[in-house]
Amino acid sequence: MSHDNLNFVKKELPTGFKNLGLILLLVGIVGGTISFFLNAEQAIFNYLLAFMFLMSIGVGALFLISLEYVAGADWSTPLRRVIEFSASVIPYLIVLSIPILLNLHTLFHWSHTDVVATDKVLQGKSPYLNEMFFAIRVVVVFAIWGLFYFLFTKNSKKQDITKDQKLTSINIKLSAVFIPLFAITASVAAIDFMMSLEPHWFSTIFGVYFFSGSVLAALSVITYATVKLREGGYLHPKMVDDHYYSLGALLFAFVNFWGYIAFSQYMLIWYANLPEETFWFLARWEGSWIFISLALIVVHFLVPYSVLLSQPAKMDSKKLKFAALWILFAHVLDLYWLILPTFHGESNFVNTILGFSFIIGAIGLVMLLFYFNAKKTNLVPIGDPKLEKGLNFRL
Amino acid sequence: MEQQKKVFGLAALFDSPDSIIKAAKTVTDKGYKNFDVHTPYPVHGMDKAMKLPPSKLGYVTLTFGLTGAAIALLFMYWTMSVDYPMIIGGKPFFAFPAFIPVTFEVTVLLATLSTVIGMITFFFYYPDNSHPIHDTNYMKSVSIDKFGVCIEATDSKYNEEEISKLFADLGAKSTEIIYFAEKVDRKIFEPKFITLLIVTASIVSGVAYIHLNKILYLPPFDWMMEQSRVNVQSMSSFFNDNFGMRTPVKGTVARGFLPYEFAGVNEPSSPLANPFFPSKENLVLGEKKYNTFCSPCHGNFGDGDSRLNGQFPLPPSLHTTKAREWQDGNLYHIIVNGQNVMPSYASQLNIEERWAIVNYIRVLQRAKNASDADIQEIKKESVKNVSR
Ligand code: HEC
Repeated sequence: MSHDNLNFVKKELPTGFKNLGLILLLVGIVGGTISFFLNAEQAIFNYLLAFMFLMSIGVGALFLISLEYVAGADWSTPLRRVIEFSASVIPYLIVLSIPILLNLHTLFHWSHTDVVATDKVLQGKSPYLNEMFFAIRVVVVFAIWGLFYFLFTKNSKKQDITKDQKLTSINIKLSAVFIPLFAITASVAAIDFMMSLEPHWFSTIFGVYFFSGSVLAALSVITYATVKLREGGYLHPKMVDDHYYSLGALLFAFVNFWGYIAFSQYMLIWYANLPEETFWFLARWEGSWIFISLALIVVHFLVPYSVLLSQPAKMDSKKLKFAALWILFAHVLDLYWLILPTFHGESNFVNTILGFSFIIGAIGLVMLLFYFNAKKTNLVPIGDPKLEKGLNFRL
Repeated sequence: MEQQKKVFGLAALFDSPDSIIKAAKTVTDKGYKNFDVHTPYPVHGMDKAMKLPPSKLGYVTLTFGLTGAAIALLFMYWTMSVDYPMIIGGKPFFAFPAFIPVTFEVTVLLATLSTVIGMITFFFYYPDNSHPIHDTNYMKSVSIDKFGVCIEATDSKYNEEEISKLFADLGAKSTEIIYFAEKVDRKIFEPKFITLLIVTASIVSGVAYIHLNKILYLPPFDWMMEQSRVNVQSMSSFFNDNFGMRTPVKGTVARGFLPYEFAGVNEPSSPLANPFFPSKENLVLGEKKYNTFCSPCHGNFGDGDSRLNGQFPLPPSLHTTKAREWQDGNLYHIIVNGQNVMPSYASQLNIEERWAIVNYIRVLQRAKNASDADIQEIKKESVKNVSR
C-alpha cells in the first residue's frame, strides 16, 4: 500500500494562481469599500450575497466531508483534500459576519424595536428575532461548524504522517454527530440570514432549499477544482476518469434535488394561495424580477440537467468544468433572487456594477485559501486507509 | 453418447477478479465475439475489459420517460381544460404547477417500467430455464466463488484446441465443455397431466363455490325502494304532526325570489336604487325583454302605440315628463307591482331582467329627447361605421 502512495509527488500550485486570487480579492475589497461609501445600504445587501455565497460553499463542503465518512465512500477519498480546502472558509465566517452584525438595522426590518412595537406578527416572532439572540445564534452556529471543520481536518492531516486508522473511525463518529447538528444549524443560518430579511414570511422548507443550493455550490467548486488539478497533475496519478463519474452524478442529483425543493416550495404556496405566504413570490414576480424568477428555472435546472443527463457527460472533463462553473453562476443568481428583492432603498447604476466586486472578492478569497492550504497540506490524503481502494475505484 | 450432443461452448474458471479481467481482455483482443463472463459479484472495470459498448438501455428510458410526460400533460390538459373544465380552488383550468407532480410521477413510472421490461425482453431475452450453462459445474462454481469465461461455439473463430490452450496460458483452474441439454419430449395431452388439470380445476371451483355461496353468503341488495328516509308527500312518524315534509325555517328565502319591500305600495317615496350598470350586455338583455314583454302594449319605442288593436286600454307614452323624471326605482316598482290595469311582471322577469328593461327604457327616452351633443356624437359614430 505504501509503495502506491509513493507515486504521489507533492507539487505546489503556481504562484500565478495565488496572484490572480490576490488581485481578485483586492478588487473585491477596493470595489466593495467604494460601493459602501457611495451607497451603504445597497452595498450591505450585496455584501450579504457574497457572504452567503462563501458560507454555502464552506458548509456544503463540510457536509460532504462528513458524508464521505459516514457513508464509508471510498471513491471520493483521493479527492477529499479538495473538499477539505473548499470548506476552509468556515473559520473566517465569524469575522466575515461582522459587517452584517454592524448593519443589522439596514438589513433586517425586525431589528427596529419601534416597528416591532406596532406590528402584531413581529411581536409574536420577537422572542426569536431579536438582536441579542441573533448574535448568539451566529456565534454558536459558526462555532459548531468551526469546531467540526477543525477536528475533521486535524485528524485527516495527522493521518498523512501517522497513517493511523483510528483517526478515520474517530472522524466517522464525529460525522455521525455532525450531520444532525448540520441539519439544524444550516436551517438556522438560512432562516436568520435570508428568510428573516422578510420577517413576515415563512416557509418550512427554506432550510432544505438552502441546503440543496449550498451542497450544489460546494460540489461545483470541488468538481471544477478536481478536474483542473488533475489536468495540472497535482492529484494522484492513479486517478482515472471514473472518479469524475460520481462527482457528475452528485451534481446531477443535486440539480434535481434543488429543482424538486424549489418547486415544492413554490407549488404549495401557489396552491394554498394564502396572502401571508404569496406576497414573497409576488414581489419576485413584479417588474423585471419576473425575468430572474423564470430564468432561474432555465439556468438553475434545465440547462445543467440536460448537460449532465447522459452517462458519458458525467465523466467528460470539459462538460464537467462547464457544468460546475455554470451551476456556481446559477447559485449566485439564486442567492441574488433570494436576497435582493428585499432591498428597497435607492440604487444606482454605478453601485449595481460595483456590487459584483463582492462576489469577485469572494472568489479571490476561495482561490487564496486553496493556494495556502495546498502549500501547507498534501493534495491527497496519503495516510488514509481507504485511499488505495478509492484509487482503484472503477465503474 | 457425449459425442452426439451439440456443443454450446467452452468454459474456463479462474480464481481472482484480476485474472478474470485479464482473461476477458485477452479473449476480446484475440477477436472472439460470442463469449460471456460470469462472476459471483459485479467486477468493476469489466465493461472496459470486454470492450462492451455503452448500453442502449438509456434511450429506452429516455423515450418512455418523455412519452410519459407527454401523455400525462396532454391527458390532464384535455380532461381538465378542454373536455370538462372545472374550477378547482380558484385555479386556472390549465393549472400547470398542479399538473407537474402528476406529470413527474407518470414520467418516472413509465421510465422505470420500460427500463425493467426493456431490460428483460430486449437485453436479457427473457429468463431461460433451459439455458445450457444451467446445471453445469461451471455455473455452480461461478455462483459461489469462481470467475468464469465461456466462449460459445457459434463464434466464427471457435476452435476447441486453440481455446483450451489460450485458457491454459491465462492460468485457468479448469476448463469444461458445455453441451446443449437433450430435448425431452413432453406431451401436453398426457393422461396424467390432463387428470391433474381436471382435479385442480374441480377442487378450486368447488372450494370457491362453497366459500362464496355457503360460508360467506351475503344476501344481494335489492330493496332500493325501502330506504330509511322520508319520501316526499308521505307521512312520517318521526315528527309529532306526522308530516314528512317540513315547512321552511322562518325567514327562508327561495333562490331567485328575493322579496320586494314595496310590494302593494302605491308609489314608494324612496324607491330602490338601480344596482345594474347599463353595460352593452345589460342593454341587449333589456331590449330583448322589453320587446317581448312590454312592446305589445307600449309599442316598440315606448310611444304607447299598442299592437293590440283596442283590445286593451292604451297605455300612456313612456316619454312623458313624468315618466322621464321618475327614478329608476319607480319604473322598477311598476314592473314588479303593476299599475292599475297593467299587471305585475314579477313572475315573468327576474331581478336582473327587470333592471335591464329599466335601463333600456332610459335609452329609449334619451333617444326620443336627444340633445344636440348626442346627435353630434351619433353622426360621428355613423361616419366611422360607414367608412369602415
Ligand atoms: C297588457 C298591456 C301592457 C303591457 C304588456 C305592459 N304595460 Fe305598462 N301599462 C299598460 C297600461 C294600460 C298602463 C296604464 C295604466 C294606468 O292606467 O295607470 C301602463 C303603464 C305603465 C307605466 C306607467 C306609465 C305612466 O305614465 O303612468 C309604465 C312605466 C309601464 N307601464 C311600464 C311597462 C313595462 C316596463 C312593461 C314591460 C315589462 C309594461 N309596462 C308592459 C299596459 C301594459
